[in-house]
Amino acid sequence: MKMSKLKTEEAIADAVASAQGPLAIRGGGTRSVGRPVVGEVLDVSGLSGVTLYEPGALTIVAQAGTPVAEIEATLAAENQRLAFEPYDLTGLLGTSGASTIGGVIATNASGPRRIMAGAARDFALGVRFVDGAGRVVKNGGRVMKNVTGYDLVKLMCGSWGTLGVLTEVSLKVMPSVEAEMTLAIDGLDPSRAVAAMSQALGSPFEVSGAAWVDGQVWLRLEGFEASVAYRAGMLRSLLSEFGDAAEVNADWATVRDAKPLQQADAVWRVSVKPGDGPAVIADVPDACETLMDWGGGLLWIGQTGGGSAATHERLQAQVAALGGHATLIKGPEDVRAAVPVFQPEAPGVAALTAALRQRFDPQGILNPGLMAA
Amino acid sequence: MEMPVPDSDVLSRKARVVERLRGVLPADAVIDDPAQTRAYECDALTAYRCPPMVAVLPSTTGEVSDVLRICHEEGVPVVPRGSGTSLAGGALPTADCVILGVARMNDVIETDYDNRIIRVQTGRTNLSVTGAVEEDGFFYAPDPSSQLACAIAGNIAMNSGGAHCLKYGVTTNNLMGVTLVQMDGTVVEIGGAHLDAGGLDLLGVICGSEGQLGVVTEATLRILHKPEGARPVLMGFESAEVAGACVADIIKAGVLPVAIEFMDKMLIEVCEDFAKADYPMCSALLIVEVEGSDAEIDAQLALITDIAKRHNPVALRESASTEESARIWAGRKAAFSAIGRISDYMCLDGTIPVSELPYVLRRIGEMSEKYGLPVGNVFHAGDGNMHPLICYDANKPGDLELCEEFGAEVLKLCVEVGGCLTGEHGVGIEKRDLMTYQYAPADLEAQMAVKDVFDARWLLNPAKVFPLAVSEQRRGVQIAAE
Repeated sequence: MKMSKLKTEEAIADAVASAQGPLAIRGGGTRSVGRPVVGEVLDVSGLSGVTLYEPGALTIVAQAGTPVAEIEATLAAENQRLAFEPYDLTGLLGTSGASTIGGVIATNASGPRRIMAGAARDFALGVRFVDGAGRVVKNGGRVMKNVTGYDLVKLMCGSWGTLGVLTEVSLKVMPSVEAEMTLAIDGLDPSRAVAAMSQALGSPFEVSGAAWVDGQVWLRLEGFEASVAYRAGMLRSLLSEFGDAAEVNADWATVRDAKPLQQADAVWRVSVKPGDGPAVIADVPDACETLMDWGGGLLWIGQTGGGSAATHERLQAQVAALGGHATLIKGPEDVRAAVPVFQPEAPGVAALTAALRQRFDPQGILNPGLMAA
Repeated sequence: MEMPVPDSDVLSRKARVVERLRGVLPADAVIDDPAQTRAYECDALTAYRCPPMVAVLPSTTGEVSDVLRICHEEGVPVVPRGSGTSLAGGALPTADCVILGVARMNDVIETDYDNRIIRVQTGRTNLSVTGAVEEDGFFYAPDPSSQLACAIAGNIAMNSGGAHCLKYGVTTNNLMGVTLVQMDGTVVEIGGAHLDAGGLDLLGVICGSEGQLGVVTEATLRILHKPEGARPVLMGFESAEVAGACVADIIKAGVLPVAIEFMDKMLIEVCEDFAKADYPMCSALLIVEVEGSDAEIDAQLALITDIAKRHNPVALRESASTEESARIWAGRKAAFSAIGRISDYMCLDGTIPVSELPYVLRRIGEMSEKYGLPVGNVFHAGDGNMHPLICYDANKPGDLELCEEFGAEVLKLCVEVGGCLTGEHGVGIEKRDLMTYQYAPADLEAQMAVKDVFDARWLLNPAKVFPLAVSEQRRGVQIAAE
């Protein structure tokens, strides 16, 4: 079932207030993640457009349904960008449509530069949203520093629409860079790869991406041309014990969007302490393909064929023991319906989470069950 | 400043509460002698004072849990306290409260350079976190001016910023995990050595909640390798407008300095007197700092000074040595204490869109004349976080009230131009009654719903952040014995 496209915040508030049952909130429809939600589709993509952009203040405000591509183009015209490098899951999930900024913020979607610059949550300055009772709430604002009252902006980031329907977001943006260079070191196993990436990330040379792709470590440097060249030289000698760090042409969207795993039937996104990454990789079935980002702290794991339910259980148990979280980003619908797609929380945290959902969505109509049953 | 009437029922049970607290804490960790509780009567917002009923100084998470459980059972309000450096009254007691100070909890629990984290007890001071790792080349980035004294607990409660947050972010961007003790004594672990939340981002809402959701006893913080070097440049301009235009041009050029600080004439004079940094005497001074190797610094400063020259600076001087850089920063970081030597003052903390700087500064100047109170301006120009310092005479009847009225008018102006009441100091009691200017009832209701979840009886720091009239019904809530 699908409602007509809503074009204003007021219309969305009315739709939520008068909803007769669960709502499946939808922006560009590119993220079919989480437990499948059974409900009427609430389409936010009609609420679109950049409402304010001040390059000199590094801020942009946009309605939630604005395509990310439109925002990136607007910023590029002023030589600026979204520093957190939001990923695009259309290739991985086989979805079509245009990823929206509301979807990016609702899912805290951050790419390789997260390790240095911060996550989507760190660049979200303000939100407007409609809660589960149809009330319009604003929090934060459009200035870079703001501690006025509680930070509900971060609470909304990564809540996957379960606390409210985002209608507008304000973001901090950053200048684009003059030059980018990737150094690659071949033939490192996961442990050596993490050791090399830790050295690089623990150096003063401002590595803005540290990934392990097909047995090759990639290290990205960005900035003014002379500075990039200088830092590349310093990194090469710092990492000489790991092999020759050669300059390569690297497409970081490969890492950002987990492209090597597109053919897998099940894909997990796992966040752990970087040093724990290799142990997690060692424990998944041999047939799994893996990709490390964030210096080893972010793992993308793909499995082709059956057995994903068992892998899922084992992976979440191991991550629970280590500290971190594993999310099933892609998987057969029956598996997604049967397992906790998001990492189950410890009882004390789960109680707080459930109570917050109850307060923001008393009737349980916003993407019910998507994150937790 | 209005505070709730102390609960006479709680006051009448003081002896029993003290006895129960003595049952779970060492004798010297429970302070109930009025001569000693007076030490906790205020924080850095010294205009307001009230000794607490009791002060406790637990040493472990377990002791904090015991204290909170007892206070919860007894219905006693608890005001958490780090080092007491809040400029917003965040740690101001009420007469019927237990002050819970974390000063004895200052250990480093774990340092892990491979994973670039440090885990500390939260009574540890901000600067001593860096102190624990700097020999190995690392540092903890957020650097509030009070960093020598302020505790990580308070930094987390207020989401403190600092001069260098233009590049490194504020506390919330550098905080990875906490041990939180809830009002009923429940201990929860949130976040950790990994990035981002697997479920709802509770860490994000705990940071900056002003001690109203729980007491944070341990924290995992991100540490970074120090840059190879850093160098500030001083730029003097004939007016704030010109300085503001220069800041916007620097940002638009794609250079992102680690810090861009602004001082007006009054602050230049008092800071110079204090720090002998040889600041140029002018109407508007910018301190712009960049980092990297010497060659990288040279290249960035060349770009920045080129931009500055287009704005006809009256002074332009790069720091020539690390000693000079240290003096330049010592002056800036001592701004509040330097002005404190010549006058009582109130420090505001509103943030505005940087494009509004000239207009807001002009309006503040007009207000200064109207109220007859001098005002100095020092602020983080790159991010629009202003710190007007309004001077008044605490011994002159009516002057504090006049100063507060002036301050309120400035903060309302900040909201009017698209900014906010507080950029890094927190609401506390100071901005509490202005919250309705920034937020509509539904906005405040949503925030208070979060407190309901973490602290259903509203016992943790209850008279802060939300206007008393707005939170009145909640603060009165007495939930039947659980």
